[in-house]
Amino acid sequence: MVFEAFLLEKTIIVLVVFVVTLSIAAYSTYGERKVAAFLQDRIGPNMAGPYGIWQPLADGLKMFMKEDFVPAAANKFLYHIGPGLSMLTALMVSAVIPWGKSLIIGDGEASVQVTDINVGILYVLGVVSLGVYGVMIGGWASNNKYSLMGALRASSQMISYELPMGLSLIALVMTTGTLSFNEIAAQQSGWNGMEWNIFYQPLGFIIFIVCAFAEANRTPFDLPECEAELVGGYHTEYSSMKLGFYLFSEYAHMFVSSAIIATLYFGGYNFPGINTLYEIMPHNVVTAISIGVLMIKTLFFIFLFMWVRWTIPRFRYDQLMDLGWKKLVPLAIANIVLTAGIVLLFK
Amino acid sequence: MGITEIAFYILAAIGVISALVTVTARHPIYSILGLVTCFFSISGHYILMNAQFLGLVNIIVYAGAIIVLFLFVVMMMNLGEIQETSKNLIWKIMAALAAGCLMLVLVAALKVSDNLVSAQPDNNIGLVETLGNVLLHEYLVPFIMTSILLNAAMIGAVLLSNKENKLQNI
Repeated sequence: MVFEAFLLEKTIIVLVVFVVTLSIAAYSTYGERKVAAFLQDRIGPNMAGPYGIWQPLADGLKMFMKEDFVPAAANKFLYHIGPGLSMLTALMVSAVIPWGKSLIIGDGEASVQVTDINVGILYVLGVVSLGVYGVMIGGWASNNKYSLMGALRASSQMISYELPMGLSLIALVMTTGTLSFNEIAAQQSGWNGMEWNIFYQPLGFIIFIVCAFAEANRTPFDLPECEAELVGGYHTEYSSMKLGFYLFSEYAHMFVSSAIIATLYFGGYNFPGINTLYEIMPHNVVTAISIGVLMIKTLFFIFLFMWVRWTIPRFRYDQLMDLGWKKLVPLAIANIVLTAGIVLLFK
Repeated sequence: MGITEIAFYILAAIGVISALVTVTARHPIYSILGLVTCFFSISGHYILMNAQFLGLVNIIVYAGAIIVLFLFVVMMMNLGEIQETSKNLIWKIMAALAAGCLMLVLVAALKVSDNLVSAQPDNNIGLVETLGNVLLHEYLVPFIMTSILLNAAMIGAVLLSNKENKLQNI
């Protein structure tokens, strides 16, 4: 009976997280075009529905109606699973994000998190490092030189930026003393909900967000799909909804990365005055507010992703590697040493 | 059967099948994908044994880094048609002998070890805290030795991959 209740609870949370991720990813495509239009002083999509809000549905329908083309020389099996793998790894990360403190249902307490594994940060690093496979397999199986070049660029870029990302997380783990996302989020509720890790790890945060941009293949690091050199990069040969999956997984990845940045460095579900509110208001109401707060933070970081995309031009490939290996890695190591010293000093 | 046992048998089946794919597949890419799947099932076994840290590090290091490098190399190769490299008979015999020796050692190790399933499983044995305490207290010197060795290998690789003329500048 207890096991069944557990299964039901987790199934509901998984479904909700899944639906929310997909719908936010869908509306990010609309948001991206609106933000681009705003930054370039245009109107953006405005024909489908009021303010163009049905644009994602129209885009999705268009993707489904297109011809599903498979190149004759492609490796059929791998060509088909490439986009799926990309989507899978983008969605898997959201399993460890704590969306709120807890909900009280009946006399039981249900956590608003798919699973609280005590090595959550390692899980995120592991799944992120698997993100290479979808791009690499799809790009190689297309049997096209532009796709292959794009796939190679994507994978070397992801491997290079995983390293400083992991190193910046090590410094974070030193200050928090735990690898569990739930505990990291709970620790930041000090100072009445303002003890965010950004105040302890400003340098680590900058390194992490740069690496998150690179891992999501977003401008200024979108060399794998650099139009000027590589036609369409790793998805040159893809059409129809398979192309849609690749594009869509980028937006899903963006949402999940934003949620992780918000949870690790910007207090997660905490907001100023959360502890006082928990004392004077019903538990579930405050939890609902804090879920909303986390969503607002996440949306802000999605906006930041778009803002940067339409502001900063793309790097050259050697500049990208230079930044990754010669600047971010030494900076991250210096950050670890500095953090270790300060942690020892105040122990 | 409990849920753990069901999970064990599914993981074991995936592990064995993917290991067979790794060895028998003609195409190097399928071999590599088989190997990745095999690593995943091994990680699953670690997690079943409550060694979450080991399981995830296995994924990060092997599936995330080493196999990606394998994929890199294979993708750069010219795979126009499936080449069948003919191997000498002597190589085959030596490979079989080496594999047989490894199996002998493994079976012998299993045979002399005590009860494989301990009567009272310790739930904390695979956690990061336990592992860290053991590594940095009981096995501190071997741990430091290993890291020096890894560092030396890393610096050596960087030096070797440098161009000849640049070596003199360093």
